[in-house]
Amino acid sequence: MRQVTLRLMPLIAGWAVLCSPIGSVHAAPPTEAASCAACHGAFGEGLPAENYPRLAGLPAQYIKAQLSYFADGTRKNAIMAGMAKPLSPAQITILADYYASLPVTMPAPAASVAPDFVARGQQLAEFGDWKAGIPACFRCHAAGGVGVPPYFPPIAGQSAKYLADQITAWQTGTRQGDPQGLMHSVASRMTAVDTQAVTAYLAALKPAAAVLGDTQPVLTGGVQ
Amino acid sequence: MNALIKPLFKRGITPLAYAVLLGASAPLLAADAAPAVTQPSVIPAMAALNAALLTGATFTPPDPASIPKDEFGQVVQLGRNIMFETKKYAPEYVGNSLSCVNCHTDGGAMAGSAPLWGAWVSYPAYRAKNKKVNTYEERLQGCFRFSMNGKAPPLGSEVLVALQAYSYWLARGLPVDEKVAGRGYPNVPEPALAPDFVRGKAVYEAQCAICHAANGEGRVVNGAVVFPPLWGAQSFNWGAGMGSIANAAKFIYANMPYGQSYSLTPQQAWDVAYYMDGQERPQDPRYEGSVAATRAKYHDNKNSLYGTTVNGVLLGDTGAPKSFKGNKS
Repeated sequence: MRQVTLRLMPLIAGWAVLCSPIGSVHAAPPTEAASCAACHGAFGEGLPAENYPRLAGLPAQYIKAQLSYFADGTRKNAIMAGMAKPLSPAQITILADYYASLPVTMPAPAASVAPDFVARGQQLAEFGDWKAGIPACFRCHAAGGVGVPPYFPPIAGQSAKYLADQITAWQTGTRQGDPQGLMHSVASRMTAVDTQAVTAYLAALKPAAAVLGDTQPVLTGGVQ
Repeated sequence: MNALIKPLFKRGITPLAYAVLLGASAPLLAADAAPAVTQPSVIPAMAALNAALLTGATFTPPDPASIPKDEFGQVVQLGRNIMFETKKYAPEYVGNSLSCVNCHTDGGAMAGSAPLWGAWVSYPAYRAKNKKVNTYEERLQGCFRFSMNGKAPPLGSEVLVALQAYSYWLARGLPVDEKVAGRGYPNVPEPALAPDFVRGKAVYEAQCAICHAANGEGRVVNGAVVFPPLWGAQSFNWGAGMGSIANAAKFIYANMPYGQSYSLTPQQAWDVAYYMDGQERPQDPRYEGSVAATRAKYHDNKNSLYGTTVNGVLLGDTGAPKSFKGNKS
């Protein structure tokens, strides 16, 4: 009996991991994260229904930049300004590294979306609408919207309302700091319907980790 | 001109106002004022800022959603798939990390971004590059041999048939006319100063490196290329059209940074084109046994830096081209 139990131990341990909220082992949260957890969840999973975005798996450099933008008003958000201003650079680094290290999680299933909406959303995500000057989301945020660290954050499986609010914020200028004004350019050409459609589509996608790969070997000779 | 426009643009001036503003001061519009083809122009309510803006193009290719579901449509769709994911759909002919869409925005549908409909109505044509009249299919072969650093698909092969079917489908309704507005890349004004590597590097670092990375190597995520490599082993080879500084300047001016067409000054476009084309890349497959002989035969013009020394490097001095075996399909 004892032997059986011992043999089962790895299985039991594995089952415990699977049953944990995020399906994986992770470091204990730093004390700095205590105030973040109330809105962004104990594991940075976010609270899509309340418009609080997922932080788990975001690139550390991106999180650092956003905290500095909240603090200096480049990104206008009353709650986050209050949170970000007191943080020291060391605390910002601890938080950014912590949330970047967490595995991405899936939010609650999105509300049902009209098929036409899905089609338009998918078109914008995969191909854009160049007649309106709108590039595809995935051209910069990678196939499936998993993001390209460090500058292009993941957008798949992020709260639809959060994503839509960001597009509006780029349109109105209450969110800035996007590199080279790239998102301002894109957002300024999107209609309200475009915004709803593409954010509903993106929110329903399963998020995944983005792993940067080798880009190319050293050039040693011509290739025909 | 652009120093004035760019801040306006970033403050949210509508693209339509932007177009009017450009039109008021840009000689380009006057030069392209008489498009060869007159078709009803569909300008969406939110007017676009895209590569078409300064081309005078009036042709609108059909919506991809209207590709028929029949036997013909399936081949058209394959052609479109090849444009967007070239290595996936034509693996045996692609020797680098690029896809057609990297130089043909919107999969060859966008005016000012070398649209396939513009090329389709322009062939057969005499080309100085190989000093003969080329069919459209032969022109497509050149893309694979040079831009894709691979090998030419055989005439009549599935890949070339699909690309021709897609091109034809895009171009339906256009008269045959090699001067169709929107073909190729629009002209960029000559630079006031000769294009310069050091100035180009500064433009690259400020405007391009966020996507194409510090050394032009592009970025790969989860095994797939997101931002294409601009030089080095996985980019186009020395025989490609984009290796011409003039071609690259035109493409960049109208298409880059992505989603910000015409936001660089012409001088910036020329400088950064020089910087990109002043880097090492795969050997010209027409290699004549030495850099000097290859330059003399194929690159003896001011728009090619092949066989010249740039930033201390004799460009193209990488030996004979390697043979391309093809990827498994």
